[in-house]
Amino acid sequence: MNGAAFILISVFMLAGALAAATLPNLMHAAFCLVLALLGLASFFFLLGAEFVGLALVFIYIGAVAVLIVFTILLTRRDSKEHYGLNWSGVVIALAVFGGLTWAILKTQSLSIVPPHARAITVKRIGETLMTGYVWPLQCVGLLLTAALIGALVLVMEERR
Amino acid sequence: MSSALDQIFVHGKRWLLSWIAGAPNWVIEITSSLLNIVALLAVFLTLFAFISVLERKILGRMQNRYGPNRVGPFGLFQPIADGIKMLIKEDIVPARADKIVHFLAPVVLAAVAILTLGVIPYGRNMTAFTIDGGILFFFAVGSATELAVFMAGWASNNKFSMLGAMRAIAQMFSYELPLIIAVLPVVMVVGSLMPDRIVFAQGEYTLGIVPRWFVFTPWGAATFILFFVSGLVESNRTPFDVPEGESEIVAGHMTEYSGFKYATFFLAEYLGMFAVSGLAVTLFLGGWHAPARVLEVVPSYVWFFVKLSALLFVYIWLRATLPRTRVDQMMNVAWKFMLPMSFTCVIAAAVWHYAGRGIRGWLWSLFVIVVVYSALSIVLDTRRKFARRVYRFAE
Repeated sequence: MNGAAFILISVFMLAGALAAATLPNLMHAAFCLVLALLGLASFFFLLGAEFVGLALVFIYIGAVAVLIVFTILLTRRDSKEHYGLNWSGVVIALAVFGGLTWAILKTQSLSIVPPHARAITVKRIGETLMTGYVWPLQCVGLLLTAALIGALVLVMEERR
Repeated sequence: MSSALDQIFVHGKRWLLSWIAGAPNWVIEITSSLLNIVALLAVFLTLFAFISVLERKILGRMQNRYGPNRVGPFGLFQPIADGIKMLIKEDIVPARADKIVHFLAPVVLAAVAILTLGVIPYGRNMTAFTIDGGILFFFAVGSATELAVFMAGWASNNKFSMLGAMRAIAQMFSYELPLIIAVLPVVMVVGSLMPDRIVFAQGEYTLGIVPRWFVFTPWGAATFILFFVSGLVESNRTPFDVPEGESEIVAGHMTEYSGFKYATFFLAEYLGMFAVSGLAVTLFLGGWHAPARVLEVVPSYVWFFVKLSALLFVYIWLRATLPRTRVDQMMNVAWKFMLPMSFTCVIAAAVWHYAGRGIRGWLWSLFVIVVVYSALSIVLDTRRKFARRVYRFAE
């Protein structure tokens, strides 16, 4: 059953990603990106990493996707023009693809090494974050607060 | 006897599944999920039909007029008439609209609302979808609502729709923060994100009389109010229906929808309301627990739906009595009052926990909340600052 689910989700996700990269209408591309992200979240669910999947849905679909569509609305509407092939983009895409392929081929197959890790519960993630990684967590919190205040200062209207 | 009645639906499902006992595992799994989905949809679509007529009756009663009373006894068949009317109406799609996205928006909205209903425990052993991070699931899926509303507003290709969608997103984003932070105290005290565990933690009685629902602690009561108000805003209902604002922007993101698509928007709105009220019942009002030990003979799901109906009545009551708020006032309340108060509730819950969860913790957490509340009300007091009105965007 997991194998069938894997194939279904893969097809769904690849279709979404392909559409996001090729559709001429930027808004449609953004919505298809959401589909691809949904597929990614389903993969995490399939692997039993609920928390990561939920966080992905929460942050990427709930917040980042809305940010993307707003950005599209606020920028110029020149999506209809055709730009021709972007060679640097092609090079980067090929490099990333090659790197990932190499990494996957070098990795031992999962069927050889049976996973004997405990199930990753939300509680365990919380404990790890609050003990071993408490300083990085605090730093990230500080950074995000600074970013929030910075954004507020940027949009604050000037009082006469 | 009472426990048999309590578990009647659980046993019923087991009995239905025993018909296909010999089938492969995945068939049983899928059938089990489908049964849950069918039960959920049947119950909540019926409740939707029922509430829609009841709401109009109650609104009529409060505003000193008759509600619907033509179709059937006391107008009870009104939802059927409405449903048929919506189904046979012409479905108009604007010529310049984005056809696919225009179609998908109400579908996504309703799907999201139905998904969030899945994680709420409706009775003992009666959660449709049990996962470790149930509360997180609720908010993660619920956050897709904003995208669906945006899709509706953008695809309609109409200024009113776009304005409505922008307003909806601004309002939902602002109130999602207090809504989620208001859940934190309960999660902290229980130590789990699982709705079933949260209900279980509220099961005992203090001194044998007072149930240990979180709403009976100072931090719980304050958080419950914050959660309820934020939930009201999230469901876009009347005191906060700025995105629809029919006196200003026709119907907001629903302007270009007609027929059954329009009905689907309403369905999604009501299902969202049920979901957020159900979560409030689960988090603060003891879920499916009875309010007293002698009343435990009544099945657990009855208690859940009694509490849910009480909350829904408050929703309708507020709709009948309050006028619509202004956008800027609403945003000010969200960022200047609701957010600091919800952080205070987190601290108050921690104080309650470390002072021993008894009467001392009760008093200390009350003290924390009262101090911050009075400080905020002094800081945010605007009574002395009224000056001549200045119009910033209109001459």
